[in-house]
Amino acid sequence: MRFREIGILVFLVILAGATTVREPRFLSAKNLTDILLDIPLLMVVAMGMTMIILSRNIDLSVGSTLGLSAIIVGFIFKSNPNFPVWAGAIIGILVGLLLGALNGILVTWLRVPAIIATLGTLNVFRGLVFVVSGGQEVGANDIPPSLIELSRTSPIQLPWIVIFAVLVTIATHLFLRYTRTGREIYAIGSSPKAARLRGIQVEKVVFLAFTLTGGFAGLAGIMYASRYGFINPLTTGAGLELSVIAATIIGGTNILGGSGSVPGTVLGCLLLGVINNALVITNLSAFWQLAIYGVVILIAVAVDSLIRRQLERAAVDQTR
Amino acid sequence: MEPSVARPVGSPISRALEHKLNREFVAVGLLLLAFFVGSRLSTQFLDASYLLDTTSVYIETGIIATAMTFIIISGNIDLSVASTLALVACVTGVLHAEHGLAMGPAIICGLLLGALLGFFNGLLITWLRLPSLTVTLGTFALYRGLAQVLLGDHSVSNFPDWFVGIDSIHIARTLFHNPPIPAPLIIFLVLALIAGAVLHRTVLGRWTYAIGTNSTASRYSGIAVDRVTLLLFTFSGFLAGLSGLIMTSRLGIAKYDMGLGLELDAITAVVLGGTDIFGGRGTMFGTVITFFLIVVLRTGMGLHNIKPEQQMLVLGLLLIFSIVVPNLLQRNKR
Repeated sequence: MRFREIGILVFLVILAGATTVREPRFLSAKNLTDILLDIPLLMVVAMGMTMIILSRNIDLSVGSTLGLSAIIVGFIFKSNPNFPVWAGAIIGILVGLLLGALNGILVTWLRVPAIIATLGTLNVFRGLVFVVSGGQEVGANDIPPSLIELSRTSPIQLPWIVIFAVLVTIATHLFLRYTRTGREIYAIGSSPKAARLRGIQVEKVVFLAFTLTGGFAGLAGIMYASRYGFINPLTTGAGLELSVIAATIIGGTNILGGSGSVPGTVLGCLLLGVINNALVITNLSAFWQLAIYGVVILIAVAVDSLIRRQLERAAVDQTR
Repeated sequence: MEPSVARPVGSPISRALEHKLNREFVAVGLLLLAFFVGSRLSTQFLDASYLLDTTSVYIETGIIATAMTFIIISGNIDLSVASTLALVACVTGVLHAEHGLAMGPAIICGLLLGALLGFFNGLLITWLRLPSLTVTLGTFALYRGLAQVLLGDHSVSNFPDWFVGIDSIHIARTLFHNPPIPAPLIIFLVLALIAGAVLHRTVLGRWTYAIGTNSTASRYSGIAVDRVTLLLFTFSGFLAGLSGLIMTSRLGIAKYDMGLGLELDAITAVVLGGTDIFGGRGTMFGTVITFFLIVVLRTGMGLHNIKPEQQMLVLGLLLIFSIVVPNLLQRNKR
């Protein structure tokens, strides 16, 4: 898997290089900051998605979770302009945790396959966004300035939302690599039956993964409000699951579970962020973004599959 | 490939019996219930020709769900159907409007394109041995993206008069009230009938179930798993293309964002109708019944000014309950 990550890094460098040649503004401080600010949202949710996919599940509802927690906090700010930002953030995260726990109950206790459960909650949560908001948007006037500030600065010159994302990423990495529960997630994704026989509490671990992912999505909702300054019931978070799953898969996480890593997902997020930015800065029509995402996903998994088959063939040859 | 959280168990015979009777009965029951509630809440509801006409609005979902039933029973999934729908519609529109191709040949090109797009999916899945979820996730983005590149924010709308308005073509039947049946519904029913016959009465259908139950065992039993999978995905792409043309005819316009989210509706229809998402179980009858259930529900809710997003809330709940309730019942029976 080391090769994989180096491969993405190389591709990233080439892409950055080619873009700079086309448009030198790419490497300007302002532009790099723009890239830096777009990624935290994706990365935080991708951390959760990585854990979920590693355990051989999937969560299609993260976008709707983001939207619902964002709109709830947004309306709190709308009706109480002096509500402290940190309290709003905590509420957002709590809402996310609750929604994630709902997913977790559906998948573990009620034994609904993850793809169906989260397909259902994708719609239910988005519908709830409309019920809560009455179709109304939370506009720039309703968001407290101190929240917007989180995307601008902080004591160490790096915007707060970047710091949050880095902390979440490091925490997830340490969790997955150095704690027993983290390793159990890998085991469950590798072979749920074997994991169960081994004594791993599959239901509890999977429930935890879904709940955490919901919490991360809730945090991302606050980040969204901070970065973009508005919350729209229809569009906030819509389609996020595609980007997040793409970043995770491109980063080397196997969709069937059991294999993958946080650094890989980080690189996947970086790649998508750079692609987005490169499209805009070189004035290539933004319409290409979706098609390019698709191509990148296909290339990434195709390359994975080819490499894996080469390795298998090499292994078989060696045994002769 | 067993799921991370296991399905509930029971003796194989009782489970099969329960499952076969359970899910389809529930679907029919829900349909009747929805009908009853709808008729109570609005007098317009019981107008047969009104109801029949409203099926046209959702007919693409039904057509796609027909192919999706095969795909899901075979243990795969196709997330790219709605994107194929849009791409075929846009390409056909561009071929006709900007390149002067006559509509007839343009339609043929569109259908071929749909099949080709589905074939591409199948190729990646069988040749590169990639999971269908991942491949169709990629093509979901790629195909929709290509449609977006092709048309951008614009739309194509100068289609010939004979092409537009397929949902206004009615075929009167000499039934008791002589309700005129819109052409798209006929297309769907004929399609579902043929597809159901293939699924339940031909070897190809049995192969589909076998592959969904255990693809490795099927392969070793001599079933050409790769060819069947390729065929199923080509079929799915073809029907998605057909739906794209029907939608263009209905709306009189081709845009890149047509059918956004339709794949989720189609999957909901198939799973709600009793098909197991992991493959190996399901019926065309269930899918058809669920299609009508969705039409009745959406129409009923629409008459009550319930917005589409809130309608999706109800459908999402229904999807979840359709799995939770049988699971809970099964557990209590032991």
